[in-house]
Amino acid sequence: MDLLLIVARRVAIGVLTVLVVSLLVFAGTELLPGNVAHAILGPGATPEAIANISARLGLDQPAYIRYIHWFGNLLHGDLGTSLTSGREVSELIAERSGNTFLLAGVTALVAVPLSVSLGLIASTKPNGRVDKTISAITLTLISIPDFLVAVILVSIFSVQLGWLPALSTIRPDSSFFELARMLVLPVTALSFTVIAHMARMTRTAVLNELTSPAIEMAILKGVPKSRLLLVHALSNAIAPIVNVIALNLGYLISGVVVIEMLFNLNGLGKLMVEAVTTRDIPLVQGCAMLFCAVYVLLNLFADTISIVANPRIRHPK
Amino acid sequence: MRNAQPKSSPFRDLLQNLTPTAIICLSILIALIVLAIAGPWVSPYSSTEILTSESYQLRSDSMLLGGDYLGRDMLSRLIYALQITLGVTFVVTILAFFTGCLLGFLAAVLGGTVDTVLSRVMDALIALPAIMIALIVISSLGSSLPVLVVTLALIDSTRVFRVARALAMNIVVSDYVEAARVRGEGLRWIMGREIMPNVVGPLAAEFGIRFTYTILFMSALGFLGLGMQPPHADLGLLIQENMQGLLFGSFAALYPALLISLITITINIFIDWYLQQLDSGLPSEF
Repeated sequence: MDLLLIVARRVAIGVLTVLVVSLLVFAGTELLPGNVAHAILGPGATPEAIANISARLGLDQPAYIRYIHWFGNLLHGDLGTSLTSGREVSELIAERSGNTFLLAGVTALVAVPLSVSLGLIASTKPNGRVDKTISAITLTLISIPDFLVAVILVSIFSVQLGWLPALSTIRPDSSFFELARMLVLPVTALSFTVIAHMARMTRTAVLNELTSPAIEMAILKGVPKSRLLLVHALSNAIAPIVNVIALNLGYLISGVVVIEMLFNLNGLGKLMVEAVTTRDIPLVQGCAMLFCAVYVLLNLFADTISIVANPRIRHPK
Repeated sequence: MRNAQPKSSPFRDLLQNLTPTAIICLSILIALIVLAIAGPWVSPYSSTEILTSESYQLRSDSMLLGGDYLGRDMLSRLIYALQITLGVTFVVTILAFFTGCLLGFLAAVLGGTVDTVLSRVMDALIALPAIMIALIVISSLGSSLPVLVVTLALIDSTRVFRVARALAMNIVVSDYVEAARVRGEGLRWIMGREIMPNVVGPLAAEFGIRFTYTILFMSALGFLGLGMQPPHADLGLLIQENMQGLLFGSFAALYPALLISLITITINIFIDWYLQQLDSGLPSEF
């Protein structure tokens, strides 16, 4: 019962956060000086034209009324109309989000198991040769921007060897094979930095656990090393590891934006950057809300897992 | 507190413990900073001058790193972009530290409502992915140097706030702060004379971490075309401008990417060394 209550509290905080986020997104896009009317008409607009279009869009109403109106529509799935294409924002987002979730999903599938095992291997012999090598490589990878990895990958595998396409423009009629070929480079580029972060944090979490009294007890009991690591240490380190994973999946969001632009992959990130460049405010709002909501959800999920994984909360005295 | 032996200052101890790796990193960083400052005098051409009508000219004696997509000298472009990137990052990080530390210390010292309000606001901002904040602000204000600096500083200051507040929290509960309060010292004294000297060490490491983060983040924005606008350039924009060249066998896009990595890797390795020194307890007070 306690557990349910705690989880319910987390969910409530999550909902509250999304609410605050919506306020911030709205404030950021509508209250800052250059408003929608300016964005539509461009720099040479006359004051009359601005007043005209402001009235038409309801911009002459007070901000809080506009916010309530906007948020109400948002809850109904109505995100407004894109200023540049004139199409429904929700329609545009629905069209593109599949590609982004595909990219992020495949990356997570590749990166999560790989980095957790790398972290585990590194923590078996702290400061040993393997650990030092993994440490040096991951520290280097953390410092490298994902676009450098991408640029190098493209120049080797697309330009020099010609094995893989440099552009990943996904079409609805792309076959599975084409899709797989197009995803190899973006997924690899995106995985590199994410793996580096996750492997380092996994190592720290497991090492922390290995110094706990419970593990010392297990060592004295004569538990074999592999069991010690995989059963005793890992089960206690699950909470911090899950947190690390969620944190990095959040990092994936910004990585996705850059990588999609780089490979011309037509997903949400590219949609949003294009919207920012053309100052298509409703489209920016829609994309930002979706990205932020996913980010908050991921954190909420990680929090819940770490609560559920904590034996002290699961079995209250 | 005064040191018993005036000769062994913590700073000197730090210098004596320089490992070869740390020396290499430090020299690379100093060289890059000098190159950035001396930029206009050492670069062979103007960064905007179009020297040839041919795109992506190969390396030659007159153009050491070849030409870019418009036929400008890549080396001169690089030096100019390095100057912009390092300069903007420096200003952003200083601004972020000033606001972040001020608010963080205030929250720690005053506690109560001030702390709650400040912490909630910062938490809300941290709950948004940094790139989303940047995209939202740039979409409504357009990208210009002031917008870029303020936005990046705002994003960074939320992270600095957390660190500064946490560090100050440990100090605020100590006896000497209590004593200062009883003595009737003002806020400025407590923040500047009691807290600051005791957290400078860890804050310096945080400064390096934020500096690399800002370089990477600014480069990402530049790469998306949302950073400095042409004909100005930051290192990220240089990559984006010359991406097409990769298909023609030009390495023009690779140089700025490598330069960014060189800066961030050396700073990270240097911080690693510095943190080890902090852990070994050497410069506990500066």
